[in-house]
Amino acid sequence: MPTISLPSVLTPLANGEHTLSVSGNTVGETIDDVSRRYPSLSPRLRDEAGEPYPFVTIYLNDEDIRFIGGFDAPVQPTDELSVVPAVAGG
Amino acid sequence: MTASTLPERATGDLAPDEYLRYSRHLILPEIGVDGQRALRRARVLLVGAGGLGSPAALYLAAAGVGTLGLVDFDRVDLSNLQRQVLHGTRDVGRHKLDSARDRLRDINPGVHVEGFPVRLTADNAQEIADGFDLILDGTDNFGTRYLVNDLCVLQGVPNVYGSIFRFDGQASVFAAGDGPCYRCLYRQPPPAGLVPACAEGGVLGVLPGLVGTIQATEAIKLITGAGTPLIGRLLLVDALHWRQRVVRVRRDPLCPACGTREIRDLSDAEQLCAVEPADDVDAVFGAVPEIEPVALDARLRAGDALDILDVREPHEWAIASLEGAVKIPLAALESRLDELSRDHELVVHCKAGGRSAQAVRRLRAAGFKRVWNLAGGIKRWSEEVDPSVPKY
Repeated sequence: MPTISLPSVLTPLANGEHTLSVSGNTVGETIDDVSRRYPSLSPRLRDEAGEPYPFVTIYLNDEDIRFIGGFDAPVQPTDELSVVPAVAGG
Repeated sequence: MTASTLPERATGDLAPDEYLRYSRHLILPEIGVDGQRALRRARVLLVGAGGLGSPAALYLAAAGVGTLGLVDFDRVDLSNLQRQVLHGTRDVGRHKLDSARDRLRDINPGVHVEGFPVRLTADNAQEIADGFDLILDGTDNFGTRYLVNDLCVLQGVPNVYGSIFRFDGQASVFAAGDGPCYRCLYRQPPPAGLVPACAEGGVLGVLPGLVGTIQATEAIKLITGAGTPLIGRLLLVDALHWRQRVVRVRRDPLCPACGTREIRDLSDAEQLCAVEPADDVDAVFGAVPEIEPVALDARLRAGDALDILDVREPHEWAIASLEGAVKIPLAALESRLDELSRDHELVVHCKAGGRSAQAVRRLRAAGFKRVWNLAGGIKRWSEEVDPSVPKY
């Protein structure tokens, strides 16, 4: 199964797990799967219209999904997704 | 070396004491004498002399960067010292630039420090940055990060970027050569209040040390031409589980800064940064009604039927609490609404007001009508009402 990796700031919303196995054939379907299982995580991954935020970048392996089809980008069983939200601390 | 002698020495050979001071650099083929002279000629502007700026300034001074510009308007606070290693206990209350200057002079008197004791703004940024070779972003808020990025794109100087939150860090080099800029990665900042600041969410003190020294490393590589800088790549660090990886950052042809070039001056950028919450998320991110700490104190003293809800985390309750408060962490709020009385007015607080604002929005969405956010949280309560409540 593909996996999705969360930054430590989001792990409390996924029962403390930082890497989740997910199901789905596209990035959007994997986000749907995660959102069903962890409803409080959902609004941190996409907006209410189901679209990506401009301040949360999602990577499929090492590629920003915006450049490879967005939520429609196909996902293979060995793929690794990463959620990389903007942070501003210094 | 004094500042006045710097220009002459900057272009000449290394002095005998410099051969000794920088000997470990000089014997690295990737740096050598030419690289060391380039470092001495270099002018690096650090925006922020805090968590990231501290290690970066210390190492860049030690490395022999000729001129370090520091932009910071703040004074040293006791709560800074857990991570801002440029400053010491005896510096509490001093301007950060004064304490930074003393520390950097001690590390390397050959470094010229230029201080700018102001907040970086669209009005002063270009004048401050004029003449610097690269800018190191050590700021602590989105507005200034976008300002630094757009400034770098407009001035054509690299943005040596680092950012931290809790246990997570990011580093990259933006606006260098044909590489992407920060807006290529994140087109817009999040709406105010969505992402907590370190003062609210906390940060592991060592983390800015890790990320700030990565920024210093990248600055040295850019100046000397050594190695492969993080242009078009984003380094991600999770210090809690020790995960790190490098992902690709592409240049976005629609980026308003370096793509379409819609941003022609920094005032354009300021407007783009002032993101208004969209209508559909207004209930989530909009303003909430507040009550001032002194007003809450007066109403409690008058015996009004007010309940207090504390939405911080259990480890924060152990530091400081308000007497009689119902304690429910923000993440558990929706599942524990039945613990709250809908007949009483409800004042919600957290540390500084950010999380409690979210709680107020959720409570109002759940039908609670008379619910207020305690302005400034328990921090302002401590400052304005009850100093015996510890600040943290």
